Amino acid sequence: MVLGNGASSSSLNMKSGEDKVNSNKNLSVLVVDDDPLIRMLHDMHLKKFGLNPQVVEDGKKAVDLFRIGASFDLILMDKEMPVMNGVEATKELRDMGINSMIVGVTSRGLEIEMQDFMESGLDFCFEKPLTPDMITFLLNELNKKNDDDNND
Amino acid sequence: MDLAQLQRQLVDYKTSLYHEDFLDEQFTQLQELQDENNPDFVVEVVSLFFEDSDRLLNELTKALEQQSVDFKSVDAHVHQLKGSSSSIGAQRVQKVCIAFRNYCEEQNVEGCLKCLQQVRHEYSLVKTKLEFMFQLQQQILSAGGSIPM
Repeated sequence: MVLGNGASSSSLNMKSGEDKVNSNKNLSVLVVDDDPLIRMLHDMHLKKFGLNPQVVEDGKKAVDLFRIGASFDLILMDKEMPVMNGVEATKELRDMGINSMIVGVTSRGLEIEMQDFMESGLDFCFEKPLTPDMITFLLNELNKKNDDDNND
Repeated sequence: MDLAQLQRQLVDYKTSLYHEDFLDEQFTQLQELQDENNPDFVVEVVSLFFEDSDRLLNELTKALEQQSVDFKSVDAHVHQLKGSSSSIGAQRVQKVCIAFRNYCEEQNVEGCLKCLQQVRHEYSLVKTKLEFMFQLQQQILSAGGSIPM
């Protein structure tokens, strides 16, 4: 569990792959999905990048983690989940003032549905499944974001 | 059969699975995630897929046997099956799920039942083929060889 404020990776001009993996170790990720297969897959994908994600099975569990003081740099949020779905969970987190990067990962391909999901407060929305390219993109965005935050 | 022959057989078999759309790019991605630290990753994920699918197919059968079919529930199950089949690259299963969901939307019981039959069929085909492929892989490993990718 990661408590307190998110990561602050300093030097981001990493050249070697190993350095990249090491710098990613400072980033905290939460995977929220009700499908154990997807959880396993995303977990493995992220581990390849040197990340060690926490994994929960519904929106409510994700919100509860934040309520007790945990925080994550990146949240990968599924849309359709029991108990509390991705749209509700994202709204809830934003209402709580959480400004972690929240990325919707959904199997619903309809544009209007992705739009609804985006409007709940997502930073990005992708169709499942996650690919290494997407992760690279997100990590770059995260590093940019952390840079901005650090310069405030 | 000697090791080289086994390895050739495996490569040919895998190629045919891709060719016949039983597997797609997603399965390749799965294999790329496997490494020495996680040598059984693909088998684990695929086993999970089998468990999930068996359960979902049972649920679907029950749901469609009801006097008054709960299409929302049927759709939710098909959605899950579509998701997991897509994640491991079981393309043909995924395709049937897409048609299945359309029938759910139309609340067409006949159509749904037809799709259920089709999806069971495609699932059992891909399951048999994957199990055979794993068996070949196991034979190669037992003979001291390595899996050609």
